[in-house]
Amino acid sequence: MTATLSGGFRDAPTQSARAFRAILDALSRPGTIQTLSGPVTPPAPLSQAAGTLLLTLADATTPLHLAGDLDTPAVRDWLTFHSGAPLVGAGDAAFAVGTWDALLPLSRFFIGTSEYPDRAATLIVEMQDLSPNGARLSGPGIDGHAFLSLPEVTAFAANHRLSPLGFDCFLTAGDRLAGLPRSTRVEAA
Amino acid sequence: MYVAVKGGERAIDNAHAFLAEERRGDPAIPELGTAQIREQLRLSVNRVMAEGSLYDPDLAALGIKQSRGDLIEAVFLIRAYRTTLPRFGASRPVDTGKMTCTRRISATFKDAPGGQILGPTFDYTHRLLDFKLLADGQTPPAAATAPANESPLPHITGFLDRDGLIQPETGNAETPPDLTREPMELPAPRALRLQALTRGDEGFILSLAYSTQRGYGRTHAFVGELRIGTVAVEMEIPELGFAVEVGEIELTECETVNQFTGSKTEPPQFTRGYGLTFGQTERKAIAMSLVDRALRWRELGEDDTGAPAQDEEFVLMHADNVQATGFLEHIKLPHYVDFQSELELIRKLRTEAIAARTEAAE
Amino acid sequence: MTDQSYNFAYLDEQTKRMIRRAILKAVAVPGYQVPFASREMPMPYGWGTGGVQVTAACLMPEDVLKVIDQGADDTTNAVSIRKFFQRTAGVATTEATSEATIIQTRHRIPEQALTAGQILVYQVPIPEPLRFLEPRETETRKMHSLEEYGLMHVKLYEDIARHGSIATAYAYPVKVEGRYVMDPSPIPKFDNPKLSDSPALQLFGAGREQRIYAVPPFTRVVSLDFDDHPFDPSKAPHDCDLCGASESYLDEVITDDSGGRMFVCSDTDFCRTRREAGHAGRLGEAQFSSKKIANSFEGICPPTGDEA
Repeated sequence: MTATLSGGFRDAPTQSARAFRAILDALSRPGTIQTLSGPVTPPAPLSQAAGTLLLTLADATTPLHLAGDLDTPAVRDWLTFHSGAPLVGAGDAAFAVGTWDALLPLSRFFIGTSEYPDRAATLIVEMQDLSPNGARLSGPGIDGHAFLSLPEVTAFAANHRLSPLGFDCFLTAGDRLAGLPRSTRVEAA
Repeated sequence: MYVAVKGGERAIDNAHAFLAEERRGDPAIPELGTAQIREQLRLSVNRVMAEGSLYDPDLAALGIKQSRGDLIEAVFLIRAYRTTLPRFGASRPVDTGKMTCTRRISATFKDAPGGQILGPTFDYTHRLLDFKLLADGQTPPAAATAPANESPLPHITGFLDRDGLIQPETGNAETPPDLTREPMELPAPRALRLQALTRGDEGFILSLAYSTQRGYGRTHAFVGELRIGTVAVEMEIPELGFAVEVGEIELTECETVNQFTGSKTEPPQFTRGYGLTFGQTERKAIAMSLVDRALRWRELGEDDTGAPAQDEEFVLMHADNVQATGFLEHIKLPHYVDFQSELELIRKLRTEAIAARTEAAE
Repeated sequence: MTDQSYNFAYLDEQTKRMIRRAILKAVAVPGYQVPFASREMPMPYGWGTGGVQVTAACLMPEDVLKVIDQGADDTTNAVSIRKFFQRTAGVATTEATSEATIIQTRHRIPEQALTAGQILVYQVPIPEPLRFLEPRETETRKMHSLEEYGLMHVKLYEDIARHGSIATAYAYPVKVEGRYVMDPSPIPKFDNPKLSDSPALQLFGAGREQRIYAVPPFTRVVSLDFDDHPFDPSKAPHDCDLCGASESYLDEVITDDSGGRMFVCSDTDFCRTRREAGHAGRLGEAQFSSKKIANSFEGICPPTGDEA
């Protein structure tokens, strides 16, 4: 029970503000890697970056999907206590978190409507590692091109082709975070 | 030699000090207390509560005092305060059928169970200035009172309901969207429209309702019932497992009975418009019920005659006086930059036009 | 010093989360207007409530905030908004464009090029570029979804037919990343080129109309035009009379009642920096201290006896 109650923001107004700026930086500059090294300590296997992101953005109004091995009682209790986000299936999720394999197939996630593309889901992909090499990225937020260690290329390229529809992604590893909006063109390097 | 100078901050501070002095007026005249406003300018307080969407007569009175009697400004003060309040939960729907009425009239039936209760109304006052009020300190003699009617008064439309003469309103278990917490999305369900109307500007709603009476989306309204009184507000407390009464509020409710010629599938039947507002605010409640009815043309299979009151987007996007007054008045803020760009454009277009004309003349 | 009776940056945390989610979706779909549940702020709609909410949701304690209105740090509403954030967030403020991490603006983009890591927050009155051609939100939403912008091109073309050129001088419509037509807020068209490929993140907030939209860094923003009538970001053919700059946007000031005019930079920081560096225009002189220009009234002052 103490594990459930602890590990949140100690001073939410300022700590979540700093976390949000890192998240905003990550999404508006795809290919950059940010650090979310605040006080948030979620229960394993949820990473510090994913936990911080969810506590910054999720609440009772944002249905959340826990994919695969992340869906443990400890993670459920912790997220429910700290964010109040209702836990749902993939199709109803505003946020979904899990490893790449656990999130597949991606067609389960909402990509918005042509009149309201903003209603698309945000996926948080838990990774072993994040590095500025791998797939070649270009598009808004990127001066020329950038590289990022994505779990695959095809799915992201296909998602970009749906743009302005499509899901948006954050990739997390430990306390590190990268963003990949649907607007980013993804190619094999 | 010219220099750029500044002093905006001091100018603002001085303006605020001047404003405070003007608000107080002649210090030789006793200061107005908020309790006096609450008790003696109650209809102003009610309007501020209705359009401010916050039931708190003391704060509404404070808003009126602070705003020097500018009711839209007072509504704004209340709204800005309301938006900072934490939400503990939602009450159960109030039951206006259990209202303790101070006023209850029907224009459709001469008498009905519970009777007509005139209550505190201007309706039959002769609009003659009462110069006795110029002299202060007069407490009017107590009004004759009948014993309070404790048994609930049935809704007049219920009698029509029972005979199938009026279109039934079916309940809906869905939680209605909250206009103050979610962006407006069109088309809007009726619950959202009613929220926008009840906090909409009284003058705007009044004029729209009046326009329907004059033929712009006419709906032939009768006031089936107008009731004013207090109802209990109850809240479910999950820890207790039952609802407890958390307070009592005064409401005005108006149900109109409107003609309906029927459709291919429905035999002729009356329909209704609905108005519900905080406090005794009957002009607003009646107007609201007419506009509500006009906006229902689509669900009732009526024609869109192009009347303003039938136009959901027009009505909902322009009913809010805090939004309207802000945008209207913002044009007095500096616009040097955009005006300058227009100025340059006009000069350029004029130069070109004059040159072209001269050329043509030669 | 932060006013303890308010939450950091005034808004409650739930409201900030809602606005932050909207900002992120705006970044993900550049130029698309994301609906958000705008709150009633303690300043009127039209005074920058959208920009204020976006700034409040972005601010962190380490930020250095600059607020400008018409390009100037000292216009009354800029002063008022800056004071609001000093009071509720306790953040440092500056007038220097280069020192700011967040700049909230009404009607201008600073002259000095913005840098990576800066956020420019625009106050937007009418976010819908198609609004004056089609007043209905239900219709304009459809047009954006279908990428149906013919109406806008017809309007611009009618301008050309009637006036010989496009008669839009401010809030000149742009297309973002080849997809959404966007209103850049009422900045003069002179500023439009600065929207494109900026290293800074640009966020737009419309409070009354409940919309947030974004132009991420290094995003292509094109002002609408025609091959035979290319976009022309021209400005008045004058130099600044105070600092002599030829490349800045100018305010026109009436100096007397017999037709006297002077032109001065609308960007007060830009103008002051130039004067402090020794530049002088037709009617000004180089200023090596900014003290002289503080603590008087807002505006432009002719020489007085004690000016020595």
